[in-house]
Amino acid sequence: MTRPQIAKEKNPVFGTGILQGMWVTMKNFIDSYFKKADQGGIFTIQYPEELCRISENSRNFPFLVYDAAPDSPRCTACGICERECPTKCIHVEMAKDTAGKPLRKPAVFEIDYGLCMNCGMCEDVCPFDSIFMDRVYEIAGRDRTKDMLIGKDALLKPNAYFQKIRPKDAADIDARRKAAEAKKAAAARPATPPDAGGTAS
Amino acid sequence: MSETILNEPQTLEINFGPQHPSTHGVFRMRAVLDGETIRGLKLVIGYLHRNHEQIAENLTYPGVFAYTDRLDYLNSMQNNFGYALAAEKLAGITVPERAEYIRVIMAELARIVNHLLLVGFLLNDLGAFFTPCLYAVRERERILDIFEDVSGSRMMCNYFRFGGVKNDLTENQLGEIRKVVSRLPAFLDEFEALLSKNEILCMRCQNVGGLPKDLAVNAGITGPMLRASGINYDIRKTDRYSIYDRFDFKVPLGQKGDVYDRYYVRILEMRESVKIVEQAIAGIPRGEFLNAKTLPLLRNPRLFKPAAGEAYGRIESPKGELGYYLVSDGTPQPWRYHVRAPSLINLTVLEEMCVGQKIADAIVILGSIDIVLGETDR
Ligand code: SF4
Ligand code: SF4
Repeated sequence: MTRPQIAKEKNPVFGTGILQGMWVTMKNFIDSYFKKADQGGIFTIQYPEELCRISENSRNFPFLVYDAAPDSPRCTACGICERECPTKCIHVEMAKDTAGKPLRKPAVFEIDYGLCMNCGMCEDVCPFDSIFMDRVYEIAGRDRTKDMLIGKDALLKPNAYFQKIRPKDAADIDARRKAAEAKKAAAARPATPPDAGGTAS
Repeated sequence: MSETILNEPQTLEINFGPQHPSTHGVFRMRAVLDGETIRGLKLVIGYLHRNHEQIAENLTYPGVFAYTDRLDYLNSMQNNFGYALAAEKLAGITVPERAEYIRVIMAELARIVNHLLLVGFLLNDLGAFFTPCLYAVRERERILDIFEDVSGSRMMCNYFRFGGVKNDLTENQLGEIRKVVSRLPAFLDEFEALLSKNEILCMRCQNVGGLPKDLAVNAGITGPMLRASGINYDIRKTDRYSIYDRFDFKVPLGQKGDVYDRYYVRILEMRESVKIVEQAIAGIPRGEFLNAKTLPLLRNPRLFKPAAGEAYGRIESPKGELGYYLVSDGTPQPWRYHVRAPSLINLTVLEEMCVGQKIADAIVILGSIDIVLGETDR
C-alpha cells in the first residue's frame, strides 16, 4: 500500500492562491446564470411556486389505505404496528358491535405526527397491507397536541391515492392481495370458509 | 460548575455556547483567556442527551435501526452499517454479495457527504462565509437525492436491514450514482483551486492546533484526525469488514496533524471514496439484496432472538471508529447496547490542542475535529 503524503506546495507569489480562488467564485457566479441546474447553474428553487421532485420511495408519515369505502378499511385493528412502533406514537382501538363482539376494524386509530420519526417500521410489520408511508409535507399546525394528532378519518385514504403516489409498490401489493383472495375463494368453495388467518398480539 | 478553572489575576474566563453558532450544536466550552491566548479550556457536554442506549434496550433489534440514524445525523448510512454489522455478528447472519456492494456504495457516498459538509463548515468557521459551504452543499444535494430515491429519506435513511438492505438498486439508480460520482473529481479540483492554496486559509490553518502522534494514540483518537497526525490506521484496511478487501484505495496520511492536514486528509479521502464507489459500481453482481432467511424479520421483528452472547461491530465512519456493542440474553430486546461514538472521543483532546493558541483558532480547531452533537451526547 502506497501512502501519499500531503504536500504543501508553496505558492510562487503571495496572493496567487487568493486570485485563483476569486476566479473560481467568478466562474461559479457566471455559470449560475447560464448553465443548467445540474451543471453548476442555480440549484435552489422558489418553494411555494415551484415544488421539489419527490422520488417514488420517499416516505414521511404513515396513512391508512381503504379499498371500497372508508368505513371498511383494510386495517383489522390487530395492534401490531402499535406494538412495534419505536416511538409508540400509534394508538389503535378495535371497534365492537352493540353486543360487545370485536368487529376487526378500528374504532380509534390515531397517529401522533409530532412524535412519529418517519422510520417506516409500521409499514414493514403490518400483516394486512394497510398502513403505508405517505409524502405529505404541508401539514404544519399551530398546536402540537391537537393539530399533530391525526385521527382515523384523516388517515384513511383510498387505494387510488396509494396507486398514484407509489405506483410500483401499489401494483405489487394489489397483485398479491388479488392472488390471496383468489386462493381464499378457491379454498372456501369446497369446504367451510376458513378464518382469515390468526392475528398475533 | 461555577468554580473558576484557573485562578490567576489577569485571566478572564469566557463561555461559548451552548447556543453558540460556531460550536456546531448544543455544546459548551469554558475558555480561560490571557489576553487572546487560551490558557485553559473545559468542555461541557450532555445538553443533547436523549438516552439513546436505554431506549434501544427497550426496543426490538430491528427497531433500533431508526434510532441509529439519529446518532450522527449527517451520515445515517454509516451508522446503520455499524449496527447491522454488530447484530449480524451476534446472530451469525450472512449478507449476499449484491447487498455488500450496495452497502459499500452507500457508505462511501455518505462519507463524501460528511466530508463535504465538514470542509464547508470549517471554512465558515474560518470566516469564508457560506461561499465554499454552498458549493459543498450543492454537491451534497445530489447525493442526498440519491439517498432519497433509494432509501426513502434524505438524511434519516434507515436503509440497512439485517442480512442486506431495504430496497434493491435499480439500473437507473446505479446510472444516477455513476453520473453524480463522475462529476465529483472535477468538483474537487475546483474546490481545491478555491481553497487549498489560498494564503489566508494556509495562514489560519497551518501549524495551528497540532496533535502529536503519541497524544493522538494515547487519547484513542480515530478517523481522519488520527491519520492527519500521520498514523496509518483505517478500519477499512485493518478489519477489512464487509468487502473492503476487494477495492483498491489508499489511506491518505498527514504529516503534522495541524488543522490544514485535517482539512487536506478529508479532501484526499473524498477522492479515494470516489474511486471505491466507481469500483463497486463496476463490480456489482446480480442477485439478492436481502438474505432470504431474514425476510420474516421484517414482518415480525420479534423473531430476531439471537442466542445469549455479545458482539462488537465497528466500522470506519467518516469521523472515526464507530462501534456498536450488543449483549443478548436470548430475548427479542438487547440486554445491553452501547455505542462507541468517535465524535465524543475525538473531542477529548480539544483542550490539549487549544491551549497556547489564540481564541479565534479554538473555533477552527473545534471545526476541524468534526463533531456531531447527536453522536457526542447520544
Ligand atoms: S398492523 Fe396494520 S392491520 Fe394491524 S392495526 Fe396496524 S395498520 Fe391495522
Ligand atoms: S413511521 Fe415509525 S414512528 Fe412513525 S408511526 Fe410508523 S413505526 Fe411509528
